[in-house]
Amino acid sequence: MTGPAVGTTKHEHPIEAVPLRHPGRWVAVAVLAVLAAMLVHTVLTNEGFRWDVVGRYLFSTPILNGLANTLLLTVLSMVIGVVGGIGLAVMRLSPNPVLTGAAAVYIWLFRGTPLIAQLLFWNYLSALYPRLGLGIPFGPVFVSADVNSLITPFAACLLGLGLNEAAYMAEIVRGGLQSVDRGQSEAAGALGLSRVQALRRVVLPQAMRVIIPPTGNETISMLKTTSLVVVIGYFELLTSAQRIYSTNFQTIPLLIVAAAWYLALTSVLSVGQGFIERKYGRGFNPTPSAGARMFFLRRNPEQAA
Amino acid sequence: MTEPMVEALDIYKSFGSVEVLRGINLTVMPGEVACVIGPSGSGKSTFLRCVNHLETIDAGRMRVEGDLIGYRESGGKLYELRESEVAHQRRDIGMVFQRFNLFPHMTAAENVMEAPRTVRRESKTKARERAVALLERVGLVEKCDSYPAQLSGGQQQRVAIARALAMEPKLMLFDEPTSALDPELVGEVLDVMRGLARDGMTMIVVTHEMGFAREVGDTLVFMDEGRIVEAGNPRDVLTNPREERTKAFLSKVL
Repeated sequence: MTGPAVGTTKHEHPIEAVPLRHPGRWVAVAVLAVLAAMLVHTVLTNEGFRWDVVGRYLFSTPILNGLANTLLLTVLSMVIGVVGGIGLAVMRLSPNPVLTGAAAVYIWLFRGTPLIAQLLFWNYLSALYPRLGLGIPFGPVFVSADVNSLITPFAACLLGLGLNEAAYMAEIVRGGLQSVDRGQSEAAGALGLSRVQALRRVVLPQAMRVIIPPTGNETISMLKTTSLVVVIGYFELLTSAQRIYSTNFQTIPLLIVAAAWYLALTSVLSVGQGFIERKYGRGFNPTPSAGARMFFLRRNPEQAA
Repeated sequence: MTEPMVEALDIYKSFGSVEVLRGINLTVMPGEVACVIGPSGSGKSTFLRCVNHLETIDAGRMRVEGDLIGYRESGGKLYELRESEVAHQRRDIGMVFQRFNLFPHMTAAENVMEAPRTVRRESKTKARERAVALLERVGLVEKCDSYPAQLSGGQQQRVAIARALAMEPKLMLFDEPTSALDPELVGEVLDVMRGLARDGMTMIVVTHEMGFAREVGDTLVFMDEGRIVEAGNPRDVLTNPREERTKAFLSKVL
């Protein structure tokens, strides 16, 4: 190579400019600092918060029971929602028009009616069908059971929350699957992978990158949506708090107890989401692992030479 | 007489009202390298995709090693093959795409290992061993654990060739393998393909690389408007085209 090397002149004349001032930022900091101080002050001095009551109930048995139910309902409903959503999305994208139509009708119905109505419907299913049985369609019934004992309030909660969630998850999963380039499944097919293998090994792992963030949203939303089960007489975190303050009238402190737990759970979920996102970001992340970065640093001069 | 590797008989294919292939007849013998050239929209990529049933044909017969692709014929009737049977047929046909289509969430070695592991249920150690050997063959053994996003276009395409070779195909289809590459990266991919041809691989190559076609190809096929206009020895077709349309095309690209 002849001529001046461009790379070496770069640092001979470093830019020495007066940095741009940002007076607006300082004003904003001042205003926010005052507001924050006021907030902390009032939270600590206002007797109405009753932090002693908050502390007394934070780990009390009824609250912890409610918390356990919230967690259980959230986890199980999301499992039903995700599994059902993947199934519906695959149906929706299948070449079979019957499956596509069935999935579309399901999504239309479950997204188009209020969740509270769905919860109540499952709870009062026995009014429509007092007994459910297994048998030949229009023919004899072999076994049957009383719907009231089959669909407990807990089961009605899961049906209501889970089946509703599946409709929303279906659209999220469909968006994820469609975001993967068609060439990926073609390449998998050309290698001899079946459609299911291509979906499981090639398309879904890439779709996950797109599916995870809204699914995290859905999970966090579900955490709080579970409080709707109060309409069918079931209880969870918020209901437990309500039951307590309806007898001792410490409304604000008990709402703070519930809110604190929701915040804690949401924080844990956000961290978990970050981990999962990193797992499925494999090969996409602009920031390679430390090892890979070292590798690049060592290789670059060689490539430039 | 040896059986042809690929035998295309009067292949027709339409996308909606657009007729893309209008009666393609082509025979490729084992060990032969057939290069397909032609203007864009002439149907050459579509034809290639019909060979491994990525596209279904509307009329005609496509045979690879004598077996009908995508269908079974018995009693004068055609039966569509089940998806698993089509997948089975495709194991013996490797394909390399214009846009590489590497699996971005897998390293180079994992890309090569994928089909042997998933389709042939090979053990991880055995698949890895062969993947490393194949990557060595395409000159990328030091990139085994790099992700596609960390590789140049030429390197990605070479990994894609290694991935296709992992299933030990009898036939390789190349769909404009160098068209998406920066000019200075074309050579390394063509070198790998040249090596394959030397080793006796049967290849159908849709390409714009006339030099490669002349040097490596046994047959040159010129397609236009869904038909094969002219086919023959690459040197003859390139230097002495018989058809006016071939002449017109070559005068633009050479």
